[in-house]
Amino acid sequence: MMGFLNYLYRFEKLGLISLFLIILLFILSFSAPLLELLLGIETEFVKLAKRFDYPQWPNILGFDDLGRDIFIRLLYAGQVSLSVAVSAATFGGLIGLSLGLIAGCLGGRFDSYLMRFTDFIISLPLLPLLIVVSAIDFSKIGLGYIQDLTLFKIIVIISFLSWPLVARLVRAKAREVITLDYVRSARALGLSQISLIIRHVLPSVISPVIVALTLSIGNIILLESALSFLGLGIQPPSPSWGNMLANAQELIWIAPHIMIYPGVMIFLSVLSFNLLGDRLQDYLNPKQRVK
Amino acid sequence: MIKASLTRLLHMVIIIMAVSFCAYMLIGLMPGDPIDILVMGNPYATADDVARLKAAYGLDKTLVERYWAWLSHLLQGDFGFSRLYSAPVLGVLMPALKQSLILIGISMAASAILALGLGMVAALKKNTLLDNVINLFAFSGISIPSFWMAIVGIFVFSVWLGILPAGGMPPVEGSMISNEYSVFAYYILPVSILTLSTIGHYTRYVRSALIEVLSEHYIKTAKAKGLPLWKIVFKHALPNAAIPFVTVLALDLGGLLSGALITETVFSINGMGKMIYDSIMSNDYNLAMAGLLFATIAVLVGNLIADIAQYWLDPRVRSSGIQISQGVSA
Repeated sequence: MMGFLNYLYRFEKLGLISLFLIILLFILSFSAPLLELLLGIETEFVKLAKRFDYPQWPNILGFDDLGRDIFIRLLYAGQVSLSVAVSAATFGGLIGLSLGLIAGCLGGRFDSYLMRFTDFIISLPLLPLLIVVSAIDFSKIGLGYIQDLTLFKIIVIISFLSWPLVARLVRAKAREVITLDYVRSARALGLSQISLIIRHVLPSVISPVIVALTLSIGNIILLESALSFLGLGIQPPSPSWGNMLANAQELIWIAPHIMIYPGVMIFLSVLSFNLLGDRLQDYLNPKQRVK
Repeated sequence: MIKASLTRLLHMVIIIMAVSFCAYMLIGLMPGDPIDILVMGNPYATADDVARLKAAYGLDKTLVERYWAWLSHLLQGDFGFSRLYSAPVLGVLMPALKQSLILIGISMAASAILALGLGMVAALKKNTLLDNVINLFAFSGISIPSFWMAIVGIFVFSVWLGILPAGGMPPVEGSMISNEYSVFAYYILPVSILTLSTIGHYTRYVRSALIEVLSEHYIKTAKAKGLPLWKIVFKHALPNAAIPFVTVLALDLGGLLSGALITETVFSINGMGKMIYDSIMSNDYNLAMAGLLFATIAVLVGNLIADIAQYWLDPRVRSSGIQISQGVSA
C-alpha cells in the first residue's frame, strides 16, 4: 500500500490531476441513472415548454432544444464515449500485443508478412475509410440480426485500425529484449518458447503498451466524437458528445451556449488521457526520459 | 538502388490495388441501391425501366464483376461518371484537389514555422515556466476536437462579431450573390483551425528532437569553444533536429489530404475531404472510389517523400542504407 502511495506521489502533479479527472469522469458518467433519480430529472421525455431554459437547480446546465436536461445527457454520452474508447483500445492493444510478441520472438516469414500487413493498414486513409465502414449495411453480409450495431461496429473498426501501431511497438521491443543475455541464457537452459515469451519478454514490453493504450484512449475519444459529429457514429436519441455537438451546430444562432459543454467534456477527457500517458511514459521508461 | 526503388514501386502498386478492391467491396455493402433511390422519386418507372437502368449502370452484375469492369475502365484512363455532380469524375476531383492543396499547404507551412519557433524556445528554456506553458499549449492543441474549435470560431467571428464569413468560398464573379468579404477572409478561419490542430504535435516533436541534439558531444564542444548561443542553435543544433521533423511533415502531408475532411465539412469548403464524404453519403460509387484512391496514393507518396528527404538530408542514412519505418499515425 505504501509502495503504491509512493508511486502516486512521484507521479508529479499534472499526472495526478489528470488521473483524478479521469476517475471523476468515470464515476460521474456511470452514476448518471442514480443522479437522474436523486435529482428527479427525466431526460427520456421531450418537454418543449422548457426548451432552451436557463440553468436552475437541479438542472445545472439548462435544457436543450427538446427540453431535455443537458447535464444528465452529457453524463450518458460520457458512458458511451468512455466504454467505446476503453474497449476499442483494449481490443486493439491485445491483438497488437499478441501478434507483436509472436512476430518479434519467432521472426522469420511470419514476422515479415505481419510487418508488410501493418505497413498496409498504416498507409490507409483513416478517416474516409472509417466513414465507409460505418456506413455499411450489415444485413447485406448476414449480420442484420444483431441489435444495436452502432456501438459494436465502431469498436470493431477502431480496434482493427489501431492494432498495427501497438504490434510494431511490441515487436521492436521484443526483438531488442530477445537478444539480451538473460533471455538467451534462459533459452539455453531449455525454457520452452511459450514460457520464454510470457516470463521474460512480456514483462519488458508491457510498460510501453500501457503508455500507448492510455494515449490511444484519448485518440479514440476524438475519433468517435468526430464520427458521431458527422452523423455516422452514435445515432440520436442516444446521446454522445459528438452528436450533441452536431445538434448544437444547427442551433448556433438560437442557443449558442449549448455548444460549449460537449466540447469541454471531449477536450478535458482527451487532455487528461494524453497528460496521463505522457507522465506514465516518463515514469515507466526513465531511460528514455529526456534529461 | 534501382532494385530497391523497383521493389518499393511494386509494393505501392500492390497496396493501391488491395485498397481499391477492399474499398469497392465495402462501398458495395453500403445501404441503398442508386437505381432504387432514382425510381422511388418517379411514379411512372416500370419494372422494365428499372431492369434496363440497372443493366445500363452495370448494377445487375455481382460485386466482383463490377469491380473488374471498373478496374479495366480505370486502366484505360476512364474514371467514370459522378452521379452526384453529373460530371466526369476527374472534372470534379481536380478542382477539389487544388482547393485542398491550397488549404493544407498554407496551414502546414504556418504550423511548421510556428512549431519550430515554439519548440525551439521550449527546448532552450527547458523545465522553466515558459517551457511548461508551451507544453500545456501543445497538449491542448493535440487534445482539442477540431470540429469544436471550428464551431466556436464560427460563433465568435461570424455570428457574434460578424467580421468573417461562416464558411464556403467566395461566390463566382458576376453571380447574383453579393460578396462583402475578400477572398483572403474566407481562408482565415479554416486555415487557423487546421494550423491549431497540427501545431501541438509538431511543437512537441521539435522540442524533443532539439533537446536530444543539444545533449550531444559536439554541442558541448561548440559551447566550450565559446560559440555564441544563436550560432550553436542555428548552425549546429537546428539542422540536425530538422531532419526528423521534415520526415514527420512529409508523412503527415498525405494523411492530411483526406484528414482535413472535418474542417472542410464544417466550413463547407469543396476540398478532397468533403468530396469524399459527400460521395460516400450519397452512394456515388465512382467518385468515392476515385477519392479513396487519391487519398491512399497521397499517403504513399507522403511516405516516399519522407524516405527520400531522409536519404537526401541525412548522410548517415545514405551510407548505411537504413530504411526508416513509415509508422506514424495521421
